[in-house]
Amino acid sequence: MRIAVASGKGGAGKTSVTASLASIWDTPLIVADADVEAPNLHLFLHPQIEEERYCGLDVPRLEITRCTQCGLCRDICTYKAIAAFAGRISIFPDMCHGCGGCFAVCSAGALERTQRELGILQRGTVLEGRVRFLMGRTRIGEAMTPPLLRQEHLFLQEMQAVLPADILLDAPPGVSCPAMTAARDVDVILLVADPTPFGFHDFRLAHQAFLPMHKDVRVVINRAGAADNAAGDAAVRAYCREHGLPLLAELPFERVAAEQYALGGLLVHLSEQWQQRFEALRDALRQPNVGATVAQRPQEAHHA
Amino acid sequence: MREIVVISGKGGTGKTTISAAFAYLAENKVICDLDVDAPDLHILLEPAIRERHDFISGHKAVIQQDVCVQCGQCANLCAFAAVQVKEGRHVVDELRCEGCGVCVALCPQKAIVFPDSHCGQWYVSDSRFGLMVHAQLFPGEENSGRLVSLLKTEARQRARAVGLGTILCDGSPGVGCPVISSLSGAGLAVGVVEPTPSGRHDFMRIADLCRHFRVPLAVIINKEDLNPAEAEAIAGLCAEQGHTLLGRLPFDPVVTTAMVCRKALTEFDNVVGNSLKDMWSALQALYPGK
Repeated sequence: MRIAVASGKGGAGKTSVTASLASIWDTPLIVADADVEAPNLHLFLHPQIEEERYCGLDVPRLEITRCTQCGLCRDICTYKAIAAFAGRISIFPDMCHGCGGCFAVCSAGALERTQRELGILQRGTVLEGRVRFLMGRTRIGEAMTPPLLRQEHLFLQEMQAVLPADILLDAPPGVSCPAMTAARDVDVILLVADPTPFGFHDFRLAHQAFLPMHKDVRVVINRAGAADNAAGDAAVRAYCREHGLPLLAELPFERVAAEQYALGGLLVHLSEQWQQRFEALRDALRQPNVGATVAQRPQEAHHA
Repeated sequence: MREIVVISGKGGTGKTTISAAFAYLAENKVICDLDVDAPDLHILLEPAIRERHDFISGHKAVIQQDVCVQCGQCANLCAFAAVQVKEGRHVVDELRCEGCGVCVALCPQKAIVFPDSHCGQWYVSDSRFGLMVHAQLFPGEENSGRLVSLLKTEARQRARAVGLGTILCDGSPGVGCPVISSLSGAGLAVGVVEPTPSGRHDFMRIADLCRHFRVPLAVIINKEDLNPAEAEAIAGLCAEQGHTLLGRLPFDPVVTTAMVCRKALTEFDNVVGNSLKDMWSALQALYPGK
């Protein structure tokens, strides 16, 4: 089973949920951080890194002596990475998306493949070796994240081929290309909903973004029961009911939870009750999606 | 013209809350929501939309089945594995298509069309706090960086046209394409950091990015009392790297309460809002308008 933990809004609690779920997963698991612009999972799971791979994107380099200045490479490049100034071809490798069109049309053999560094992938283990770990991290100044995410996905497949396991993916926030790229190869998307006005708005955007993928989308509310926000909690519940999204759990708003996170600790270690919440969430994730699931209501929601 | 961009690296640290608080205080400004992927500022500012424009950017390849001879050349050429065979027919998976047009140009049958991609909408509005330029990328769409650039260009033009001296931008999370576009042309970045392992880690990446693009960075530590030791460490990092520390804010439920009431924190009397007023004054001194 492959699960992506996603959210529209950043800071909704993806990484907290992923780290705690990983720590109580009781079958073989690979946990992966796909938030390659701002990866954080390693800060909570402290991996032993065993392998690093630098990832690059094939971009063209002009061998000027062979170039006939025919301009075909410039014409096929949608991304304006190849331009002609005063009739001479120039290449801007930072703009290249790696589509390979220029190589395909250059009959003079004047373009050579070189690599632009995208970032790094790191493989290792976490939780005393019980769980395998993978993370990606973009190079600072690199604008494009989907190519690195695609290479991370291939690496994950490699790891799964070595030893089959469930996959838990900490997805990038938002609803545009990085989030979509990370989520398209999973079986279940677990949306972490923050019930504040901002969070609810972004949660709905995320749900709409994932709709065309026809995925099994399920929901966990994080920080339910905050003071003055009963209407926000109710709005998320109502949305889930209306759209047939199983609401698997509600994690309560508690100052101790925010502090635990700030100290780099796992929510699952806060108390027995927190551990039970995550065990229930794990078990609910394993159930086939048969329509609405009754969620557990937080019992200590007003401590904040 | 002054351009101030509020960023954070990590999401959920309080960018939009702080942007709104500053937007209430700033004079003669255009407000710009550059988090085009998941914009939230409009929830507090209740803009009345004055102009609505389509954002057309890029293309998507579509194989015309009545012309296609199923030769498979497109699938061989596609670097993004977007051409798939379904029930014996080559079709483009829209979610994987990057709009490069290689298949369109090189299809021997010329069977592939390349319509414009309508990726979102952008707006010019009158908000409670003044002129606002904002957008909504359609869910799952691409080209967020281009939309950010477009919004900034529009904000500059509008500011110039009516003689407004400041552009105040709510940035997007991360360090990738939309954030890089947000920083382009900015005179000052305000980094909102929380004292958590993730907050510090992502802040350091954003600080590297600002250095890379030579944009000065001022810092606000939010929710500082969640981990005072970490807050100290971040303050130390700022001193070491030469970033101005504008101030620190406590973890206070008033932030959620204000959001629920659709108010900026500086609009009413409260501890967090009052600190933000001091920080806005400090920012004025640091980056004065002309």
